Amino acid sequence: MDFDLSEEQRLLKESIDGLLTDSYDFEQRKKYMKEKGGWSKAVWLKLAEQGLLGLPFAEADGGFGGGGVETMIVMEALGKALVLEPYLATVVIGGGFLRHAGTDAQKAAHVPAIIDGSKTLAFAQLEKNSRYDLFDVSTTAKKKGDAYVIDGEKFVVLNGESADTLIVTARTRGGRRDKTGIGVFLVPANAKGVARKGYPTQDGLHAADVTFTAVEVGADAVLGNPEDSLALIERVVDEARVALCAEAVGLMDESLKTTVEYIKTRKQFGVAIGSFQSLQHRASDMFVAAEQARSMSMFATMAGDFEDAKERTNAIAAAKVQIGKSLKFVGQQSIQLHGGIGMTMEAKIGHYFKRLTMIENTFGDTDYHQRRVADAGGLI
Amino acid sequence: MDLAFTREEQAFREEVRSFFRDNVPPDTRRKMVEGRHLSKDEMVNWWRILNKKGWGVSHWPKEYGGTGWTAVQHYIFNEELQAHPAPQPLAFGVSMVGPVIYTFGNEEQKKKYLPRIANVDDWWCQGFSEPGSGSDLASLKTKAERRGDKWIINGQKTWTTLAQHADMIFCLCRTDNNAKKQMGISFIVFSMKSKGVTVRPIQTIDGGHEVNEVFFDDVEVPIENLIGEENKGWDYAKFLLGNERTGIARVGVSKERIRRIKDLASKVESGGKPIIQDAAFREKLTACEIELKALELTQLRVVADEGKHGKGKPNPASSVLKIKGSEIQQTTTELLMEVIGPFAAPYDEHGDDGSNEAMDWTAQIAPSYFNNRKVSIYGGSNEIQRNIIAKAVLGL
Repeated sequence: MDFDLSEEQRLLKESIDGLLTDSYDFEQRKKYMKEKGGWSKAVWLKLAEQGLLGLPFAEADGGFGGGGVETMIVMEALGKALVLEPYLATVVIGGGFLRHAGTDAQKAAHVPAIIDGSKTLAFAQLEKNSRYDLFDVSTTAKKKGDAYVIDGEKFVVLNGESADTLIVTARTRGGRRDKTGIGVFLVPANAKGVARKGYPTQDGLHAADVTFTAVEVGADAVLGNPEDSLALIERVVDEARVALCAEAVGLMDESLKTTVEYIKTRKQFGVAIGSFQSLQHRASDMFVAAEQARSMSMFATMAGDFEDAKERTNAIAAAKVQIGKSLKFVGQQSIQLHGGIGMTMEAKIGHYFKRLTMIENTFGDTDYHQRRVADAGGLI
Repeated sequence: MDLAFTREEQAFREEVRSFFRDNVPPDTRRKMVEGRHLSKDEMVNWWRILNKKGWGVSHWPKEYGGTGWTAVQHYIFNEELQAHPAPQPLAFGVSMVGPVIYTFGNEEQKKKYLPRIANVDDWWCQGFSEPGSGSDLASLKTKAERRGDKWIINGQKTWTTLAQHADMIFCLCRTDNNAKKQMGISFIVFSMKSKGVTVRPIQTIDGGHEVNEVFFDDVEVPIENLIGEENKGWDYAKFLLGNERTGIARVGVSKERIRRIKDLASKVESGGKPIIQDAAFREKLTACEIELKALELTQLRVVADEGKHGKGKPNPASSVLKIKGSEIQQTTTELLMEVIGPFAAPYDEHGDDGSNEAMDWTAQIAPSYFNNRKVSIYGGSNEIQRNIIAKAVLGL
């Protein structure tokens, strides 16, 4: 057992931290938000230049063969800097589907363009009534010769506004909540019949609602088994959950740091408010919450490699519960300890709180995952 | 980063587990599972078995009888011991005074005391807290005056755990009234059989007798019983309390208790079905399990850090272990209360003298719940731990 980073992992951490220190302070971020699509193409290309967009791909596919720990390092750093760029949607989720199920031809068509930063992806999964159940799919993909015809509506598709390619879950057979009969399709965002309505999200990212009306794609659009891809979807979404846990740890670290700095400098009654024991104890509890979250983020990272899908899912669900509880406490108390200034758009702390809050409601909230762990018989 | 146990570590776990399976007296184990108190003989008997195996003082340096295990091996040993469950080595001797003696004591003291600590030939107790000195320990007033070749000790200690069994006490005494309060304290050891030592039991809210008041009335102690330097006792006390925190998360204890909760909750009915099937109960239990998993990982991070970077000064993250560990222990006893519901009520006033054997498995659940309120108070209360985090980690 070893919790230290290897030499290479340490260099990776230094390199991304260095890049973000130079190009991602709070003022720069405000500028990036105003660019087309709500994020900076220039920063994205810098990430590409440093090889970060190719991190998880196999060396044979032009990547660096990084594993869970490498993704954890990157996501923590992205969280710490409150990064807007679509790493999760493109590299973690889009890349995840291609790595786990892509044919050689599909990889050749998409992976190099992800690695060099020229294309981004988005995962069109959420439906009006599906909430957090990945198998709850009403969108249909009907076979027509070798091709498929996709009809349906997807919501809050992260990076859906900018993406070049959409990865769409759709039902090839069965009823809305059947666990079989679900396929995954690569759909060009500019395909005929795709209509996107983009908007900013609460945390400053961008998403889109996407309507598919008789969208025809070829057999080469199918990722994995078109009749039975729930296990694939669960695997990739589990990886996304692990990545979100790490991002949240980075966000909590920075929130705690910013808050502690603030209460050391803000004076009332003639002294720094951080000299008051009630505030010290609150900050200590935030530290405890953040450390427990970090432990479970590591546990989830390790679980990403578990062979047994049930064990993997249970461990990651447990991590998402801990992260959900910790982020709520750290996020809310960061605002409380900042007082009035924490309520303003002008201070950075509120933006961390908003991103943390959105993470809780992505791919299953605390209650949802706690119920899953309970249904699986617990952890001990 | 590799968070899996190595093959060697897994083999070690098997070795430890099978030793416990074969050597912990079954009656001792059963009483612990049921949360009953053990007699002095039962505890000492088990510790001598452990010492014979060479595991009685596992974390001591090899020259004094330690094992030379890695930090991870110590962790595994403790976890298996707590999970079996079997009594942990007597902390007052093995984890507290022993390390102070081999670190700060002279050769004669090491020879005299260490082997007897390892074999529990002497039962040690801790003379730190006083009625007026709890969290503000350095304000203590028990006085040791030098008279010829003796210390004359006068004063009172309290919360002295299992002093009713003790042969020896290590005691913080004021030896200089004029120095700053931390600077005038000395670390002195002496026999509990000395003339002028009186032990008075304190009955706690669980009805049990674990702690005592201890009075010193002109107790004469040989001058050579001072450990280390005069007036340096506060440093030794801090060293000792830092050691105490390493095992304080009690992950194994909580794991064992969660297994017990699951076992009982699948037998006790609520609404015509086992309470484990009640959604609200199950979610509380699951929440506790997840917190415990996170704590286990946090503990492993502290352990791995100690293994890598040496023990040296205590890792402030160990305050996280104390806070979360105690909260989780308390939650598990709350969940047990919830499982037995109205059958928590019957009280056995002879609870501590063995007559409770006749009562069924519910007998110790409420007492254990009441008793476990102590865990967020002792060893530096959780509020003190928050002060430590605020100062040592956050720089507030």
